[in-house]
Amino acid sequence: MSDRDPDLRRNAPKLQLHVPEPPFRPGDTPDFSSIQVPAAGEAPRPDSTAAAAETHSLATSLVRVLDDDAKAVGPWDPKLDADTLRKMLRDMVTVRVFDDRMYRAQRQGKTSFYMKCTGEEAIAVAAATAMDRDDMHFPTYRQQGLLISRGYPLVEMMNQIYSNRGDKLRGRQLPIMYSDKAHGFFSISGNLGTQFPQAVGWAMGAAIKGDSRIAMGWIGDGATAEGDFHSAMTFAAVYNVPVILATVNNQWAISSFSGIAGGERATFAQRGVGYGVASLRVDGNDALAVYAAVQWAAERARSNSGPTLIEFFTYRAEGHSTSDDPSGYRPTNEAKAWPLGDPIERLKSHLIALGEWDEQRQEALVAECDAAVRAAQKESERRGILPQQGNENIESMFEDVYAEVPWHIAEQRDASLREARD
Amino acid sequence: MNMIQALNDAHKVVMAADEDIVVFGEDVGYFGGVFRVTEGLQKQFGKTRAFDAPISEGGIVAAAVGMAAYGLKPLIEIQFADYIYPGYDQIVSEVAKMRYRTAGEWTMPMVIRTPYGGGIFGGQTHSQSPESLFTHIAGLKVVVPSTPYDAKGLLISAVEDPDPVIFFEPKRIYNGPFDGHHDKPVKPWSKHPASEVPEGHYTVPIGKAAVVREGEALTVLTYGTMVHVSLAAVEENGIDAEVIDLRTLVPLDLATIEGSVKKTGRCLVVHEAPRTSGFGAELVSLVQERCFYHLEAPVERVTGWDTPYPHAYEWAYFPGPKRLKHALEKVMAD
Ligand SMILES: Cc1ncc(C[n+]2csc(CCOP(=O)(O)OP(=O)(O)O)c2C)c(N)n1
Repeated sequence: MSDRDPDLRRNAPKLQLHVPEPPFRPGDTPDFSSIQVPAAGEAPRPDSTAAAAETHSLATSLVRVLDDDAKAVGPWDPKLDADTLRKMLRDMVTVRVFDDRMYRAQRQGKTSFYMKCTGEEAIAVAAATAMDRDDMHFPTYRQQGLLISRGYPLVEMMNQIYSNRGDKLRGRQLPIMYSDKAHGFFSISGNLGTQFPQAVGWAMGAAIKGDSRIAMGWIGDGATAEGDFHSAMTFAAVYNVPVILATVNNQWAISSFSGIAGGERATFAQRGVGYGVASLRVDGNDALAVYAAVQWAAERARSNSGPTLIEFFTYRAEGHSTSDDPSGYRPTNEAKAWPLGDPIERLKSHLIALGEWDEQRQEALVAECDAAVRAAQKESERRGILPQQGNENIESMFEDVYAEVPWHIAEQRDASLREARD
Repeated sequence: MNMIQALNDAHKVVMAADEDIVVFGEDVGYFGGVFRVTEGLQKQFGKTRAFDAPISEGGIVAAAVGMAAYGLKPLIEIQFADYIYPGYDQIVSEVAKMRYRTAGEWTMPMVIRTPYGGGIFGGQTHSQSPESLFTHIAGLKVVVPSTPYDAKGLLISAVEDPDPVIFFEPKRIYNGPFDGHHDKPVKPWSKHPASEVPEGHYTVPIGKAAVVREGEALTVLTYGTMVHVSLAAVEENGIDAEVIDLRTLVPLDLATIEGSVKKTGRCLVVHEAPRTSGFGAELVSLVQERCFYHLEAPVERVTGWDTPYPHAYEWAYFPGPKRLKHALEKVMAD
């Protein structure tokens, strides 16, 4: 054991290590009544140019707009017109349908891997809606809603998922690790957290150049434990960077609950407090609250009032990825017990409450989105699915390592072509 | 037993024997790790001896440094070798240097396990083979098993070793050996002699290679998944090659390598990591320094390409029997 000096032995109490445990494990009945869900409309809304310290109480509450009757209430109500609300609803439904189709495609062996964002659709979709079209996102693998909201063609997304002939990333990235500069979507890295300080750097660049565009960085609750999270916060605070930093707290990081990332001790939004960064904690299943918070943070960034850390409080309703089986570590019905409800249902009910929507139109919308996704899938699959790829155009594998192909890579390219011919 | 089960068993053996061994890493506690290597440890040994860590490879390694300084023996998991880089500073600057910079006052007896390598359609961030980044660092031992038997025996040795050991687990062969033919069914470990894994404590020494096939015509130096690919290629080409599974890259078993190359006069080096500055470069230098006058042909290397790991081109990237055939012919030609 330890090399403690026996002469220094004291009669002191035994120290104990605390290893956090989630409240429920497989077989338990989930009960989220201990989660504090403040009433919609309760959280105050400081001016977006307010000092960071004025926001710090918002790091422990929860910004909510939609109440139990699906009415928009309180100072954070963004007062969106019905067309915008319907567009968000359509995008969220598209994301869900898209996820289901692609999940199935993976199960059918058409691709190697997929990750759904079920239950989190409001977050990326409403954030994209609240930002300007030319702002830049540094996303994780669970923000497919950003692309869909910005009108990125579904076929392009699927080509990437199938690594097929239409894949503009040329079969190099894992499915779902999209990249599209024109849609303001930075290349997704498999290495957690790396994009978070990069978003800060992009926004610093914009500030150095006197640009008017801002950046938004994204990270999961689990990945906030990476050093990169803290680098991002430090740089954002030091240079008062025009950036929005979003932590999506979906309660789970593969099999580890948010307590393993420190969520037992403080909210994720509270991490902004120590850095002197404006901090908001937001109901991530409430599209209007998400919109309002991002709109506020964007105004703040654009007026050179500083960065904002936003925690979106939500729940990962499905497995981590197609390689994960969550029934091994949490109750199977936990998602249903989640107190903030389903984001699509909530937005739909709101539109219905406004008299701007009804169940028939919802049904038609789902059918329409489903048809659009199926059509895109057909079109994409015409260009191939993953198991058929990787035999032709092998030389493309050796391009883009450097701007020009150096001798050693050219030699290897020729060897690989010879190997393929043999 | 497959390799995952053998590694799991090794954990149980060492943890039962030594209360100072502490196992942690992302998802390793309740769930038993995404590859299930640590399954059941928390149940058997309690939460403070096998637990989940925050997603912070730097934090995981640094915490292991502190625990080792206290007097414990951390046996930690980095979920994929591709994610070891945030912990790299701690490994290189702290773990590797501690014994030296304190003239032995502080030592770092720990094992850092991590699954490495491709062949599972994991794309560039679940497929890398970064072993040479660690063999280049003085103070670390680097181990790569290729069978369940060796995996268990080597892991037990690694835990009992007084120095820090980086333990690379070839995930392509976690469940069964692989001969490089992704289009043909492969034999599971249960149908393979190497799957015989004894119960209880035994060790496979660190620093000792295994001659997995004896031969006279040529020496193949390899490790990890490529041991199986090499064996298949040698058989298919009817070459009387001696295949050596290095098992430990640092410290290397020079005597076995030297003896074999001097006997056969020809040498082929095979690894799955990219070629430039790969561990193969080290092997070729050693062979030419020590066996030059016995060589009848230049030493050849078969490796992965010098590109990031491409998702859809996995099988054109991954070294298989075809790539070996060409090199075997070349070495045997003169
Ligand atoms: C540096 C690094 N370490 C580990 C992993 C493996 N890994 C992939 S996703 C994941 C969990 C991430 O959880 P969280 O950040 O909460 O995001 P979520 O998946 O919940 O959206 C882990 C551990 C990785 N991709 N990168």
